[in-house]
Amino acid sequence: MHIPDGYLGPLTWGGAYAVMLPVWGLAARRVGRTLRSSQAPLMAMGAAFVFVVMMFNIPLGPTTGHATGAVLVAVLLGPWAAVLAVSVALAIQAFLFGDGGITALGANCFNMAFLMPFAGYWVYRLVSWRSSVSSRRRWLGAAAAGYIALNLAAASSAIMLGIQPILHREASGQPLYSPFPLGVALPVVAGEHLLLFGWVEAALTGLAVAYMQRAQPELLEATR
Amino acid sequence: MRTQTKLLLILVVLALLTPLGLLIPERLGAGGAWGEWSPEELRKIVGHVPQGVARLSGLWRPPAADYSVHGVAPAFGYLISAVVGAALVAGLTILIGKALARRKE
Repeated sequence: MHIPDGYLGPLTWGGAYAVMLPVWGLAARRVGRTLRSSQAPLMAMGAAFVFVVMMFNIPLGPTTGHATGAVLVAVLLGPWAAVLAVSVALAIQAFLFGDGGITALGANCFNMAFLMPFAGYWVYRLVSWRSSVSSRRRWLGAAAAGYIALNLAAASSAIMLGIQPILHREASGQPLYSPFPLGVALPVVAGEHLLLFGWVEAALTGLAVAYMQRAQPELLEATR
Repeated sequence: MRTQTKLLLILVVLALLTPLGLLIPERLGAGGAWGEWSPEELRKIVGHVPQGVARLSGLWRPPAADYSVHGVAPAFGYLISAVVGAALVAGLTILIGKALARRKE
């Protein structure tokens, strides 16, 4: 889901940065208002967790995919802290390891550091609405949130890729950036995530929350 | 054990296991993510490299491209990348978190 440089035209990557700049600003303000200094290490571990989880490439036919851990961070620290934590992980991945482009960083952050934690957080909140910390709805909600949010992020990245042949073409008519039409990119990428990677995110998020319900329930009470 | 120590321990174990994320797909002949190929791979798949991909793909030269460390076996380079990368991510996030938290105090 890490779009490289050259796959998105300026309209898409520029547009994504234009959306993400105020989101980052807002996230900094919200986190600054709610985060205690002692919670910074927890947020840092969340960011490092996301970074490490994304290194577990899971094979599916000739391609691979991965879970992100972004929903778990959103469930534990709230969506705004997750925006910052996942963005830092994506920035290090892009600048140091070439995983995802520099021009595409805004777009990748939009999908995995904004859309995904927010979608996951709200699904979790909805399913676990007014439930006690030990309720089964907590881990069920977390699993559902992981599945739905990863699929939304994947679909969004596929749409970004798929609209490139519509937006930008060379004089000869050849696609200038990502060459695959929406009718190919969306079903393939969405299919892969619906079939396999979404379930991995669901298991990761659900199991982690189930573990915390038993071992560290205080972590699940912290989120507003 | 303190909560944060426990979480840190889980994180270290996960980081030590990351080479599986390289070796298992390799064993099964699986490449990168769909639609995010390098220009060379793209040429093999669609027969040509779109101009925009050719122009922008070399925009940035990452020091450890694809989590590989020069002169080191791939799986070990992947592990080093996991540990160093995770430490940098955590360090940067702590700085940001502390700076934001301090602003209000």
